[in-house]
Amino acid sequence: MKKTSLIATISSQGVLIALALLILFGWLRYENFLGLFNISTVLRYNSMFALVALGMCFVIMAGGIDLSVGSTAALGSVVSALVSDQGMLVGSLVGIAAGLCVGILNGFVIVKLRILPFIATLATMLAANGTALLLAHDQTVSVSYDGTFVNLGQGDIFNIPIPAIIAVAAYVIGSIVLNFTSTGRSVLAIGGNEDASRMMGLPVDRVKFMVYVLSGGLSGLAGVILASQFGAGQPIEGVGWELFAIASVVVGGTLLTGGVGSVGATLAGVLLLGLIFNVLNFENGLGWISLSAYWQSVIRGLFLLFVVILQSRLAIRKNPA
Amino acid sequence: MSDVAPPHASTSIQFDVMKFVTRYSTLLALLALVLFNVIFTNHFVSIQTLNVNLTQVATIVIVGVGMTLVIATGGIDLSVGSLMAISGAIAPLIFLGTAVHIGEIHVAVAVGMIVAVLAAGAFGWFNGWLITRFHIQPIIATLVLFIAGRGIAQVSTNGNLQPFKLGEFQWIGLGRWFGVPVQVVIMIALVALAAWILKRSLFGRQILAIGGNERAARLAGVPVAKVKRWVYCISGLCSGIAGLVVIAINSSSDANLVGLGMELDAIAAVAVGGTLLSGGRATVTGTLIGALIIQLVRYTLLANGVPDDVAKLVKAALIIIAVWLQRHGKA
Amino acid sequence: MVSEASPYNTPLLSMQNINKAFAGIAALSSASLEVAAGEVHALIGQNGAGKSTMIKILTGYVSRDSGEINFDGAAFEARSPQDAQAKGISTIYQEINLVPFRSITENICLGRESRRYGFLNWNAMHDEARSLMGRFNINIDVRKPLYEFNTATQQMVAIARAIGFKAKLVIMDEPTSSLDEREVNVLFDVIRQLKQSGISVIFVSHKLDELYQVCDRVTIMRDGRTVKIADLKSISKIELVASMLGRDVAQVAKSATAFGNRKGKIGETVLEAKNLSAGHMVQDVSFSVKSGEIVGFAGLLGAGRTETARLVFGADAMRSGTMELDGQSLAPRHPIDAIDRGIGFSSEDRKLEGIIPDMSVAENLTLALMPQITKAGIVDEEKQRVIVEKFIARLGVKCSGPEQRIRELSGGNQQKVLLARWLAMNPKLVILDEPTRGIDVGAKAEIQSLIKELAEQGLGVLMISSELEEVIEGSDRVFVLREGKNVAEFVGKDINEAAVMAAMAHGSESETKLGNAS
Repeated sequence: MKKTSLIATISSQGVLIALALLILFGWLRYENFLGLFNISTVLRYNSMFALVALGMCFVIMAGGIDLSVGSTAALGSVVSALVSDQGMLVGSLVGIAAGLCVGILNGFVIVKLRILPFIATLATMLAANGTALLLAHDQTVSVSYDGTFVNLGQGDIFNIPIPAIIAVAAYVIGSIVLNFTSTGRSVLAIGGNEDASRMMGLPVDRVKFMVYVLSGGLSGLAGVILASQFGAGQPIEGVGWELFAIASVVVGGTLLTGGVGSVGATLAGVLLLGLIFNVLNFENGLGWISLSAYWQSVIRGLFLLFVVILQSRLAIRKNPA
Repeated sequence: MSDVAPPHASTSIQFDVMKFVTRYSTLLALLALVLFNVIFTNHFVSIQTLNVNLTQVATIVIVGVGMTLVIATGGIDLSVGSLMAISGAIAPLIFLGTAVHIGEIHVAVAVGMIVAVLAAGAFGWFNGWLITRFHIQPIIATLVLFIAGRGIAQVSTNGNLQPFKLGEFQWIGLGRWFGVPVQVVIMIALVALAAWILKRSLFGRQILAIGGNERAARLAGVPVAKVKRWVYCISGLCSGIAGLVVIAINSSSDANLVGLGMELDAIAAVAVGGTLLSGGRATVTGTLIGALIIQLVRYTLLANGVPDDVAKLVKAALIIIAVWLQRHGKA
Repeated sequence: MVSEASPYNTPLLSMQNINKAFAGIAALSSASLEVAAGEVHALIGQNGAGKSTMIKILTGYVSRDSGEINFDGAAFEARSPQDAQAKGISTIYQEINLVPFRSITENICLGRESRRYGFLNWNAMHDEARSLMGRFNINIDVRKPLYEFNTATQQMVAIARAIGFKAKLVIMDEPTSSLDEREVNVLFDVIRQLKQSGISVIFVSHKLDELYQVCDRVTIMRDGRTVKIADLKSISKIELVASMLGRDVAQVAKSATAFGNRKGKIGETVLEAKNLSAGHMVQDVSFSVKSGEIVGFAGLLGAGRTETARLVFGADAMRSGTMELDGQSLAPRHPIDAIDRGIGFSSEDRKLEGIIPDMSVAENLTLALMPQITKAGIVDEEKQRVIVEKFIARLGVKCSGPEQRIRELSGGNQQKVLLARWLAMNPKLVILDEPTRGIDVGAKAEIQSLIKELAEQGLGVLMISSELEEVIEGSDRVFVLREGKNVAEFVGKDINEAAVMAAMAHGSESETKLGNAS
């Protein structure tokens, strides 16, 4: 039992320790690592991933998976770019609404048609991608610079990038929902043991539906930020986002089988995977070695491997059969 | 069409139309599509059209063969696209002399192709090892190489495009054999081989037994872990071959792009083809038909002026309908 | 139906004349069950006696065909387990139905959380969980995840949850099956406390000793009927067993099986197993099987028979003990090791561990044999056809042909195919776990005479059966297992119902002779 707790602790706290060590390493080694510019760049860029990962975190905690997040974000970026001349608010709402639609479709197919989440979201991934390309006429959609729309992605408040503020706010709300509402606890209970949750009288289908809608909405929001940050709606962006999000969630100690998870650790997972890229850039800047940026995928993969093996040992201990 | 379930003697003497339709639904759908095109699409009936469509599906089907076997055991392999990239990166490194220098070009090409495919197979074996040794769900275990695999390909080529113009190698993507594109020949050979393995060999039986009831298979002496490792290895080998085909067609290898999104195309072909996603029942010819259906739908829409993006929506609907029908057909 | 005058005048629960049929086969015929307020009531019976159907009807899992249920002074109807729970009947399942990764508090309080300003009030919930657990004198950190605690504590949590939901009746389905002795005592304390607070308990268990420790009355079911209701103070263990099995202790039954007279010679020892142990279920089991001999394992559910057999076959890992096959050490780590040594094993759960439903009869039949009829990895279809046809004919498997899917066959025919799977291997020893469970009478007789025939041809057979007559009439030697230990061995003429039942109930023979140990 002792050993189990130890492994559980490592897999939940490990990401924080690793993140702290990486930041410490960067701070000691590179001059401008903790400079305002670098911090702001890293945060601005990774907020999109953070939002997507938050939705994914809820889906995975409930025992599902959502492969459609990347193309949903792309769809969100396209529709918000199309209405960007109407300003920030309209752009955001329309983008989020597009994401919600994909989420509702996912929820319906998974909960009502009882199709495996993996296949269902695979199909909606294609559908969202097709819709995005259709609306964008197969090219990037320029964002209107006349209104307030671009501020959302490019602006700052007190030197803090707005996307980062949005992401942090989402994580705070997400954390409160998870820890202090019965819906949040139901998510974990359902992921931990769906049959038992049904027996306990929890609204299993409703909660499952909700997590996919949430994931869709957050992906749509990420798409809005994508469009306003880079000044264009990008129908072909988002490829591989779903797997980056899954990796962040897993590195953050959330069990892929569902039932255990932490919103905060997921954020740490996103930052950790994002900073690996950042550190590589700095390292190359020093000129001692020249590790191409491509090493980041290899290192991310190794991280994932490490965490997954650690988790499997935890799972084996829990279910010795 | 079924290469696994032998035609079973119907218990009722009456001819059951519904049964027939569900049983051959994929084949009927394909025939209907062909018929539709023969009537409505101009210049459809030509060797040209046939070759275009077959060439388009060849890589998907080659990967789909491995994927079918993996899914037959109740697993999934997300790493296929990345393994294609690895194979596509390694082969030119060898035959262009970037990594090692082999004077004789034919030898260099042969070594390059063999090493590339074997490397992909070895990574596939690693997937199987992760899954059986640590009891990790296949979707997660193969996610590791999905991410790291492309990185490995990019790192080994430094992310550079490797262009080449090399007939000794490019026959695999551009050549013809009695007028049939070589990749189509490879595709047909692999489909036939895999269908035969599933039906006739010990290995095929073991695959289906594991997917059908893993506990029972273990108790009947099926070496579950060993079989699974080989299946993932085969999936890797197929991906490796597909990677070579793709770079041969493109006359260049771009580790960033080779095989991108292939896992989804392959899974879609398998699902539409009628292989049970929970394992235990598999049809490789079905996967071929599934890939052809998806391709033909796209072709039909394009040929009749519907944009490619709509084709994606149709493909999504196809997948859901196929899986939904499968669920209901089983019950 | 036997009914006795009882001092329990005010029943909390009364189920009368309950009938239920599944696909035309009666599972319950006018069964009844009565539980008084504050009573701990035992419900016992063999597999298929109908007790789990009874409980499923009560808790809303399945609906009854006819019959009356009254609970707490009113007609009672549960639409679902949740509904039953809301109306005051909670069930503690064998497989504990909680969420392992969540905290004790959540497992107790989920579904009726306390809130403040719309948010969960964790302090209040922790306090409630703590006080509920405190009632059982258990002081633990309720914030910790459930899986960190032992099974006994997890069960307490399930009970605490039931009480938290204001249960008036708690059903415990084999609650002690995975508990050690100390934990069992804690559970019994809890049950006594429930009783004191006026909560009734239905206690399903096969460990007869336990019933006497904690229960007031017992309802015994057999073949879908309630055959006896008794005060536990006034019934002996041997009477309990006799009622469960439907035998008169004094009467020697006429032959009811197809084993008939045995011919053939019993040869050398094939398997010798000494002091096997593994997990909770197998503590210390020794036995042997000779060639041409049918050895029966008798025992109540949970005695460790199946678990012992799985050790021989390498399906589970052994903790300690030694085995020899034909005089050479046997230590299988996987079933394939045992198969290579010439052992076959037919599992008690045909669906879960036997058939590959989507495969054909031929493929299922030759699954274990497969490596032997392949050349260079290719199945020799001709050889397979010959073998399959031979066994289909020999065992009289009724199917439309070797290519028919096995899931379309009846239970008896599936079982024949699974038997053939092992016979085709030409094994030295086959282990048959409940070979005739869930199959119709005709097929049952066929399988029994087949087993006999096999033994006569020199095969060693280890047979596990919960049907006493099958073990007694079929076996040349019987080992009785009880709570993970072999407690008695009977050979040839000494095998009789009275003695075997006594050993199942009490343990050793000497105790039997002393009369009712309770």
